[in-house]
Amino acid sequence: MLAYITKRLGLAVLVALTVSILAFMLLYLSGDPALAIAGEGARQVDIDMVRKTYGFDQPIIVQFGNWLFKIIQGDLGQSIYFKTEVGKLIFTKLETTLLLALYSLAFALIISVPLGVLAAIYKNSWIDRLCLAVAVVGQAMPNFFFALILIMLFSITWRILPVSGSDTWEHFVMPSIALGYYAAPAFMRLIRAGMIEVLSADYIRTARAKGLPTRSVIFKHALRNAIVPVVALAAVQLGFLLGGSIVIETIFALDGLGYLAYQSIIQKDFPVTQVIVLLLSVIYILLTLASDIANAWLDPRIRVA
Amino acid sequence: MKKNTALYVGCSLLIFIVFCAIFAPWLSPYDPYVQDLTNRTVPPVWYEKGSWAHPLGTDQLGRDYLSRLIYGARISLLIGLSVAVISGFIGTTMGMLAGYFGGRIDMFVSFMVTTRLSMPVILVALATVALVGGSLWVVIMVLGLLKWDRFAVVMRSATQQVRAMEYVSAAQSAGASTLRIMLTEVLPNVLPHLIVIATLEAASAILLEAALSFLGLGVQPPLPSWGLMISEAKSYMFFSFWLIAIPGSALALLIFSINLAGDGLHQLLTPGERA
Repeated sequence: MLAYITKRLGLAVLVALTVSILAFMLLYLSGDPALAIAGEGARQVDIDMVRKTYGFDQPIIVQFGNWLFKIIQGDLGQSIYFKTEVGKLIFTKLETTLLLALYSLAFALIISVPLGVLAAIYKNSWIDRLCLAVAVVGQAMPNFFFALILIMLFSITWRILPVSGSDTWEHFVMPSIALGYYAAPAFMRLIRAGMIEVLSADYIRTARAKGLPTRSVIFKHALRNAIVPVVALAAVQLGFLLGGSIVIETIFALDGLGYLAYQSIIQKDFPVTQVIVLLLSVIYILLTLASDIANAWLDPRIRVA
Repeated sequence: MKKNTALYVGCSLLIFIVFCAIFAPWLSPYDPYVQDLTNRTVPPVWYEKGSWAHPLGTDQLGRDYLSRLIYGARISLLIGLSVAVISGFIGTTMGMLAGYFGGRIDMFVSFMVTTRLSMPVILVALATVALVGGSLWVVIMVLGLLKWDRFAVVMRSATQQVRAMEYVSAAQSAGASTLRIMLTEVLPNVLPHLIVIATLEAASAILLEAALSFLGLGVQPPLPSWGLMISEAKSYMFFSFWLIAIPGSALALLIFSINLAGDGLHQLLTPGERA
């Protein structure tokens, strides 16, 4: 077990390092970052000043080394547009985005668990097909379109939820639904497949033969086993939800990391963009690391392989 | 054999959309770029104020909405197809090399996939487009270079399975070159998986393009991208919600039909496994 954890941890560190290089290099995609930041039609004097302020005149390896070294020390740099420390800026927004991701995940599970279980119990019936249809339609709907429909219904027609902002729990309702429903179909398919497999297992037949009520068989015995792979998927999906929050937060002007990322990209505030890319990647790496270790702990076969 | 309704319905819808895209110049009643400022936001025909002159109404600049919708199908399909080809080529090459050779190459490819997966696609795509400048081809290249991960993962495991087959050993002992074995023995046998992944990735690329264009960092005006049409109509949504509902529904219908066709192909090409 210890050997597996060490190996997996080493991989995570290596991936994080590669991501940090890529996040840093993002700025160089345009050729000359000084030109990109100064903007079109900037005078040569301005471009030179930008180059000097940002240290673009130094060799790229030195720039990267300085950047990474500072980040590891906890200095995330200065925002150009917001004129504050990137670290302060990000950590005030991180809470909003984490809340949004968690609410979305909760919403996805609330709709996918019952539907997945129903589909498995009534396998190949019209109920199963209806659940599948919900999943297929859910996956087809662009989330920003769905978000606008929600605004139209809940804010404009019925006037029960606020359109934008992030002050109260009510501001989180529509964003969580809009973001969460997209993650639901994957959970539903996994739970359905897991339940079908588990329901045909011997111990379920034994439980039934003992005369246990169906409800207890399904929820106490079957679901508990079918839910194990869902935990692993939840970790991965949480990472995707954090990344996907950029569109939803922008629509609802929810003041989180995604909205900040969008603003920083529009304003060419690259110190902020780079750190957000790095931060979201590191969160994803940590989530998958935790889920892999949890799985290895639950299932000894993974450790050996 | 069981009737494959998903494949039938999905393909019919998809063929209909492809037909519209190909014959756009003949099918659309107006030029999609010509503005008519005296005829702005005319509602579709099923509204009281609508008329058959503009069956789906006109947008905020008086352009015929049906014509823009039909031309928009070209953009979405072009994005889906090109991104699937580019990322499919990259991912399949990586996955097949990893699955065939194993060892260090496998480790390297797996590492690349893990790294790619940990970076949020939409954020990286947005930042890149913002730097390089938005255009149809930039969006295609950026998404093509970002979305190869699933191809690599699936092709890797499919190649591993095929590699253990006797016909591969037979070809090896007959003295066939590695490249030849890859192209004539392995590739045809992993092709079913490739096609299924390609449909799913095409759908996901179309959604991503729409999201990028919606955020203003994708396809640029006046091109009639469906995502861009929704974005441009955003400030009119309170009074003319159909300006959003029409391209939004078109997008959902296209993704729905591709996914359905993909599910159907999955059942048809890889029997025994369920989606």
